[in-house]
Amino acid sequence: MATTTVPGNRFKQILRTMRVSPVYVFLIVIFLVGGIMDQVLSDGQIFTNPAILLNILVRSVALGIVAVGQTLVIIGASIDLSVAYTISVTAVMSSFIMQGNPANVPLAILVVFAIGGIIGLVNGMVITKLHVNSFITTLGTSLILKGIINATFSNYTGSVPRSFEFFGYGTLGPVPVSIIVLLLVVGGGWFLLTRTKFGSHLYGVGGNVEVARLSGLRTDRVIIAAHIICSLTAVLTGLFVVSRLRSGAPWIGPDGIYDLESVATAVVGGTALSGGKGGVWGTLAGVLIFGVLDTVFNQLGVNPYLKTVLRGAIIMLAVASYTYRAKKEAA
Amino acid sequence: MTTTTVPEQAGVSKFFRSLWNWIKAVPPVYPLFILIFVFVGFLSPNYHTMTGILAFLRRAAPLAILAVGEMIVLASGGFDLSIGSIVTMVVLGSSILLNNDPANALPAIAIMLVIGIVIGLINGVVVSYLKVPSFIATLGMLLLVRGGALYWVGGAPKGYFTDNWRMFGRGYIENVPLFGRFPIGLILLIVIGLLTWYIFHRTNFGKQILAIGDNVRAAMLSGVKVRRVRVMAFVISALLAVIGGVMIGGYGGVNVTIGEGLEMQAIAACVVGGTLLLGGKGSVLNVIFGAFTMEIMFNMLNLLGLPKPYKDAVQGLIIIGAVAYVALSTRKKR
Repeated sequence: MATTTVPGNRFKQILRTMRVSPVYVFLIVIFLVGGIMDQVLSDGQIFTNPAILLNILVRSVALGIVAVGQTLVIIGASIDLSVAYTISVTAVMSSFIMQGNPANVPLAILVVFAIGGIIGLVNGMVITKLHVNSFITTLGTSLILKGIINATFSNYTGSVPRSFEFFGYGTLGPVPVSIIVLLLVVGGGWFLLTRTKFGSHLYGVGGNVEVARLSGLRTDRVIIAAHIICSLTAVLTGLFVVSRLRSGAPWIGPDGIYDLESVATAVVGGTALSGGKGGVWGTLAGVLIFGVLDTVFNQLGVNPYLKTVLRGAIIMLAVASYTYRAKKEAA
Repeated sequence: MTTTTVPEQAGVSKFFRSLWNWIKAVPPVYPLFILIFVFVGFLSPNYHTMTGILAFLRRAAPLAILAVGEMIVLASGGFDLSIGSIVTMVVLGSSILLNNDPANALPAIAIMLVIGIVIGLINGVVVSYLKVPSFIATLGMLLLVRGGALYWVGGAPKGYFTDNWRMFGRGYIENVPLFGRFPIGLILLIVIGLLTWYIFHRTNFGKQILAIGDNVRAAMLSGVKVRRVRVMAFVISALLAVIGGVMIGGYGGVNVTIGEGLEMQAIAACVVGGTLLLGGKGSVLNVIFGAFTMEIMFNMLNLLGLPKPYKDAVQGLIIIGAVAYVALSTRKKR
């Protein structure tokens, strides 16, 4: 008996440190219901065709990477609405610098990560030093980025070289590179949150900034770091998107609604908007729910507008499914 | 009066000090608005005529109405991201309900108001009873309403608006003494402004909203029916969004993207008007002037001949700057 319970406990312990949230149940239910509907109403590819399963994952990469950064920021009781235009800026700038020439790839990557770092730094500085609410700050920087990018570029600009498309389309053995990158980012986020000082500080600051400050944390630095990391994940998403599209245009960030959807997936995954609670594995589940829904809707041939309606309803229901028992009033 | 003795001088300096204190107490939105308004007058003298002012107020009225509704939700500590999509729904739905027949105008508006109430109720119930954070609940509602409206009309707007429907957005009452022609939209704003001012600043409901925004638990313990009050806040916000939508549609015509981003503009107008995000502070008049400030700013950027992208960038800078100013000045007082 003892030999069987000890590994069981260990497993539970690991699960707990991974901060698995009840949203995985929701993910499985959606997957099963969607799969059964697909069996009954359509050709039943979801359960039988592994390519479709893989496709669900690939669809989730773009949103998944940036959602990890968003999760970190939200755990710090902040929010980043500028990620959509950070993605646009990255996509346009990188394809503009690359101009289809493989020699320019390192320079382009360096430049866009530098831009991302600066965007995150500015967001964090304005929030912590000027005491502007994070919602307004990042809404403002988002408008500024939107203005700059639309004023400079009006359409698809430049292109990425073939070698760079490896990020979007390449595979290592049977596994797409992009999925490996996504898992690395999620794993990195998990490591940061649970295995480093920064992670514990972030939970502390998000839980109660005043208490964190009084116990000697440099709270401003923690928030700024979280914002820089978030912007860098947005840059990575931008690079992935541009490698899929082969060229960058100013509207690809807002078209993907990456700002609001990354927040939605984090919250669906159990991260509290008030901060101090949550984790990246839940966010991954939230992203996968969206991916599964997209695939199911496509299989069933749902009207695109109806798709939006169902998406909205499911965001509400997914969050309600575990908040309705909460004793605290929602904000 | 002419004697200037020493104590009198002390009285004078005291007067100036109290005047200075009074000036400092004026919310920053008013000097900001007046500054831009005067500047705009130099760019285009038309703005400083009665017709110019009335035309400006008519254009600004819908945003002001949306912002007042948003403010009531913000003051209670929530967000309402669904109001822009409600505007889209009103415009698209009305174009179908009207069916090019002026007789359908009032029934169409009535139906839209009912749908608005239903949307507000769902928002409120999901937030209050299912405990979904309002940011997420109203984000879901944004997608739901936008998708639903587009599904309803099949993706493209149908027909045109009859003149009596458009009256609220662009109509005038002729031959008003002193003003000449008086815009109907402005009358709506004044009526709604007075009503919401009374509800928000002079009734228990308004104080309960602020109490909830300040501290939910304290409000609940002192007997505020927190859930019911918050549902009401969302209903008011959705209703005002419908009214704003009728005005925006009347002014701008049928357009699929007409409501996009309006929720962010309304939130920005609230914040420029001194409303605290996460609740506890808000004023109807300041928010109306916050909306005026946003609108005069858009006009200024237009008159300066800036292309649309730069307008976005400057708008972003001004929003951050205004909020930083408010945040830093209230912080010093503490």
